[in-house]
Amino acid sequence: MTSVISFRDATKVFGGGPDAVRAVDSVTLDIARGEIFGVIGYSGAGKSTLVRLINALETATSGQVIVDGQDVTTLREAELRKVRAGIGMIFQQFNLMNSRTVAGNVGYPLKVAGWSKQDRRRRVGELLEFVGLTDKARSYPAKLSGGQKQRVGIARALATSPSILLADEATSALDPDTTQDVLALLRRVNRELGVTIVVITHEMDVVRSIAHRVAVMEHGKVIEHGRAYDVFAAPRERATQRFVASTLQDRPSPDVLDRLRHRHPGRMITVTVREGDGYGTGDSRVDGVGGSGGSGVDVLAALRRHGVDGTIVFGGITEIDERPFGSLTVELTGDDAAIDALIADLRRATDVHDLGIGDAPSDRTTADVVGGSPPEASTGEGDEPDADPYGFAMDAIRRHGGPR
Amino acid sequence: MNRDWSTLGPILLESVRETLYMVSITIGVGGFLGLVFGVLLYATRKGNLLQNAVVFTVLNVAVNIVRPIPFIIFITAVGPLTLATIGTTIGNNAVIFAMSIMAAFVTARIVEQNLVATDPGVIEAARAMGASRLRIIVTVLIPEALAPLILGYTFLLIGIIDMSALAGYVGGGGLGNFAIVYGYQRFNWEVTFVTVLVIIAIVQLAQLLGNWFARKALHR
Repeated sequence: MTSVISFRDATKVFGGGPDAVRAVDSVTLDIARGEIFGVIGYSGAGKSTLVRLINALETATSGQVIVDGQDVTTLREAELRKVRAGIGMIFQQFNLMNSRTVAGNVGYPLKVAGWSKQDRRRRVGELLEFVGLTDKARSYPAKLSGGQKQRVGIARALATSPSILLADEATSALDPDTTQDVLALLRRVNRELGVTIVVITHEMDVVRSIAHRVAVMEHGKVIEHGRAYDVFAAPRERATQRFVASTLQDRPSPDVLDRLRHRHPGRMITVTVREGDGYGTGDSRVDGVGGSGGSGVDVLAALRRHGVDGTIVFGGITEIDERPFGSLTVELTGDDAAIDALIADLRRATDVHDLGIGDAPSDRTTADVVGGSPPEASTGEGDEPDADPYGFAMDAIRRHGGPR
Repeated sequence: MNRDWSTLGPILLESVRETLYMVSITIGVGGFLGLVFGVLLYATRKGNLLQNAVVFTVLNVAVNIVRPIPFIIFITAVGPLTLATIGTTIGNNAVIFAMSIMAAFVTARIVEQNLVATDPGVIEAARAMGASRLRIIVTVLIPEALAPLILGYTFLLIGIIDMSALAGYVGGGGLGNFAIVYGYQRFNWEVTFVTVLVIIAIVQLAQLLGNWFARKALHR
């Protein structure tokens, strides 16, 4: 992995004395060339400051920030301007100049870079075509919709053909449909132009749909990072679990479970659905998902094999980094021994959370993750896998020895 | 009572010409200096592009000292400076000198207040593109604030017309002098009334033009 951006123990402190705020606290992180790297965290987690260390809009208090082999913390303002010109940036509020037309906005960085008027006009034309706004060249930003403004922002950020694009909550001010448009555009920027993209967001859906790798930030620290799929398929930290729960909602909450039990008195299990194509091997944290099982279709095959009938009563499967992830809650009917054998079989391939039967539930709730209580404190019988309300999370923690 | 407008008319026209002369030079010189001071006030403030506590404090205090001085006192107070620069303390040019200084300090505050309202995100975006601070001030900050600046300058222009009315006290001309000398001192209410109408017309025209240009600059 050739990293294009490296944080080495980077720290940014605002203010001094007792009121000092460590917005970024000893972050060490590598971002590879050509990837889409997501930084997710709640507001105030320090992610906006972290991304501004990359183009030195904020200067690190200590540590190093190496961009394209250059430690930007040691550079003077004039040298920084050159670095910044090679890094595009887009913003939540778009930050377009209202006094300039769309073409004027897109052409501005080219003016700064000293391009001739003729070259500027040609390049602006190309860029507006790329983002699909050729007909808006002479419009002023006030006349554009939010999605169009952000596309102008993207065109402007790409004007000087930067190798890095920083996206600071770039979709947070947009509606869901427009968000998808903008994300699709960012994906194209990454694929077609090979631009490394750093996406800062508090929206799990954004990271889920475009990030290859992800870092989770809380209180200025990176608390978890890795491949997006691995981090979210087996989240270790509470904040990460909450992000996963916020977007998936594939597991029944306690009251949903109560209603389900009314209609479905039989034994219910929640089966985690993950990609079983071998990604789980090697250095990945999610092992044991390879082989048979672990996908929605294979669950049904296993039911057939064991002669057990199943009704899908709840669930959801979505994509993380374009790979399937989610769970299915199934009511099982059949011979008890066959059901036990089925569950044992499924457990070899994926995580199975046994909800028991209506009269004797083997677990109270699956929704503590949503509520955010820590895995350790949630149940007194944490050693019993069947009583584990966290399914995949606890299994992964157990397998890997918990948070490092 | 002299109501002979065939004699008064040319004097009135000459007064209008003198007022416009004083006002336009003042808004040019004072307005430009005020723009520079105002930008400096804004930019040297803590956390801004040219953060500099010394420059900010000096300018801020200077503006606060000069601005509240009544202009009729200010003209005489800067007399020695006027003498050293213009060579005389009487006449239109002496008044223009005093007006330009006062206008510069008043404008500084107007400009600063309008720049403060500029979206800091746009400035950050320009910084992220690698633009230098001076370039950001000239090509982003001022254009972005142009519409309110135009309205601010319109306000200033009317204030300068007001100031210019005092020119007569130090041997200058203009409409103020005309109204006092040919109207007030000769108990000729008609002259005073006509002069007031002319001043109202000039101010209305200035305001209309200012509004029109500001709307043009808004791009909404």
